[in-house]
Amino acid sequence: MTGTDFTQGWVNGWIIAIVLINLLGCLWLLWWTRKRPEDHIAEGESMGHSFDGIEELNNPLPHWWLNLFYFTIAFAFIYLTLYPGWGDAKGMLGWTSHNQWEMEVEKANNRFDRVFKDYAAIPVEELAKDPQAVKIGQRLFGNNCALCHGSDARGNLGYPNLVDNDWLYGGSADQIVASITHGRNAMMPPGGGLPMTEQDVLDMTAYVLTLSGRKGSGNADAAKAKFAVCSACHGADGTGNPALGGPNLTDNIWLYGGTEKAIIETLTLGRQGKMPAFKDTLGEEKIHVLAAYVYSLSM
Amino acid sequence: MGNNPVATPQYEYGVVKQFTVMTVIWGIVGMAVGVLIASQLAWPALNFDLPWLTYSRLRPLHTNAVIFAFGGCALMATSLYVVQRTCQTTLFAPGLAKFVFWGWQLVILAAAITLPLGFTSSKEYAELEWPIDILIAVVWVAYAVVFFGTIAKRTTSHIYVANWFYGAFIVTVALLHIVNSLAMPVSLFKSYSVYSGAIDAMVQWWYGHNAVGFFLTAGFLGMMYYFVPKQAGRPVYSYRLSIVHFWALISIYMWAGPHHLHYSALPDWAQSLGMVFSLVLLAPSWGGMINGIMTLSGAWEKLRDDPVIRFLIVALSFYGMSTFEGPMMSIKTVNALSHNTDWTVGHVHSGALGWVAMISIGSIYALVPWLYGKKQMHNVGLVNTHFWLATIGTVLYIASMWVAGISQGLMWRAVNPEDGSLTYTFIESIKATYPYYIVRAAGGLVFLSGMFLMAYNVFKTMTTPVTSTNTAAQPA
Repeated sequence: MTGTDFTQGWVNGWIIAIVLINLLGCLWLLWWTRKRPEDHIAEGESMGHSFDGIEELNNPLPHWWLNLFYFTIAFAFIYLTLYPGWGDAKGMLGWTSHNQWEMEVEKANNRFDRVFKDYAAIPVEELAKDPQAVKIGQRLFGNNCALCHGSDARGNLGYPNLVDNDWLYGGSADQIVASITHGRNAMMPPGGGLPMTEQDVLDMTAYVLTLSGRKGSGNADAAKAKFAVCSACHGADGTGNPALGGPNLTDNIWLYGGTEKAIIETLTLGRQGKMPAFKDTLGEEKIHVLAAYVYSLSM
Repeated sequence: MGNNPVATPQYEYGVVKQFTVMTVIWGIVGMAVGVLIASQLAWPALNFDLPWLTYSRLRPLHTNAVIFAFGGCALMATSLYVVQRTCQTTLFAPGLAKFVFWGWQLVILAAAITLPLGFTSSKEYAELEWPIDILIAVVWVAYAVVFFGTIAKRTTSHIYVANWFYGAFIVTVALLHIVNSLAMPVSLFKSYSVYSGAIDAMVQWWYGHNAVGFFLTAGFLGMMYYFVPKQAGRPVYSYRLSIVHFWALISIYMWAGPHHLHYSALPDWAQSLGMVFSLVLLAPSWGGMINGIMTLSGAWEKLRDDPVIRFLIVALSFYGMSTFEGPMMSIKTVNALSHNTDWTVGHVHSGALGWVAMISIGSIYALVPWLYGKKQMHNVGLVNTHFWLATIGTVLYIASMWVAGISQGLMWRAVNPEDGSLTYTFIESIKATYPYYIVRAAGGLVFLSGMFLMAYNVFKTMTTPVTSTNTAAQPA
């Protein structure tokens, strides 16, 4: 944000004026309360007024304190001149918080880019065997991915486990890189897009349970025909579709829980999963090393 | 001291007594909520899975209760006492003063109900929704009328320095509250601020830091300027110093807010002003400490004999320490380390526990015997015990938060030399902080326990019948 977005032009002059009045006013105050020869009350004597028995003495301002005050006011003038401070005028040093940030990023890139450039030449599958690269990938994982996938990468309710060799969008090196780079958006509509009564949900839940060899309280056969709609994403046999991220319903691995209650909830409310894109935050080369770490987890 | 030939007016103490009692009660309530939320940070299960007991709802309840209920009642009690005695006149509009008391209690009650229910404007230290904000404004204006009305009918020639500070606190808090709370209501319990973006942030922290500057500093300096010289029986050290540091303090504080928004979307020049004015603020802040502590010169032995003096002087020492720490933390390079860490929380509490609470506690221990015609508190030994509990509690709190905050700041910025990745994950910094959260909760508990001794002692002082030996108990 530039100064002019925050204030209108004339405000700058006004701000400079009141800053000056305030700082110079303090100096005037210090001058005005100095020791004066014409004072009729001697130093250390009472000012002569008493409030509920409290008197006040005419003691001078301590020297060290005065010097501290002068020093900070001098510092204020110097700092406001060197750095942005007088209205929206640029400081003499040309410093801005934005260019400080850019310089720090550039310095870090110059220093560390080489490390990642070397790794970029090695395929992910090979890099996953390099302990040093995996260690770096793990650090990237800890600060960028662990929040959802857990510091052990074993996931959480709604966040996939990355060590179990079960992949929603595929576990090849390229697929992992694509997931991290561009993110993923998953959407299961309520009732799979069909209008469903409570009984329909109960029946469909029973059918879904049969896919992993279990039984529910509803009538699985009644729902079998309707599963055709679900198969668009989950496949006709319920084994899922990595191209769409449709989960496999037969392997007893459940992103949102596999109890009858959890499946009813999923069917009733639908589910939305979002993996953010890391293309801009991490960049291609770091994603390459991070993917090697993720790949190594299921090797 | 001071044989006054003028007949003593019949001072209005009823409202002073009411506010004094509520100071102790709200102190216990506010600090107890503080101990609960500090414990929740160490043991999260203590929210009992109840929405209205979660940290996010109780934290604003804690801050509002200790600042506006405990601190507010202490300021109103002492200011309405001090303004009468130093102006040698009775309270202006005593009926309105009663309204100020009951209105303020209603505000506190409304806060205690709405905040746990989740109603919030989401502005820090200004969370209360618009109907309560309007009530605050009305009560505050009534308070201002009573206070300045009393000054207007004073029988003394000058206005005593304590009243300058109380007056600045009353005027500025009205201004801050009204400007920052301007909002568009959409329902009885929901409103949206009239400001947006970086300007909203700037208005919020102009309010937030001046709440520290005028509510928690200027107001309590007013308290200090009466109770320190009165309890010590000594003249104020330097009249000239009080003039300089008063005007410098109230004008320079106004600029300090942007130091809460370093390295943010706020324009660089505004951040620079926030930083340099925070540094210039150091000398005016210390002016009050020097004037208070030097008032004791020639009577240093009282520090050994009188636990009330000890409360007041240690409060000034904590005031000096935290007003040094504040400017230091406002320097951008220091702030880059301290911001968002528990160091900030520790800094706030060195002011809140060490300065605000201790000066209030000391002043009330002085005030209660005067109000109830006693020579001293019912049990002076307990005052001394309370002093040590308060000091130890404060030190445990501040020291643990220093270590926690600086550890967090260093861990968050640590970078692996070989690849530039962050050395620690966020969860590792939380793990490192965990033991200090327990120490902090313990410190808070120690501080709170002293408040119970105070409640007992104040109750006994109020209710024990006056015996013939201690009837001549007005402050001499």
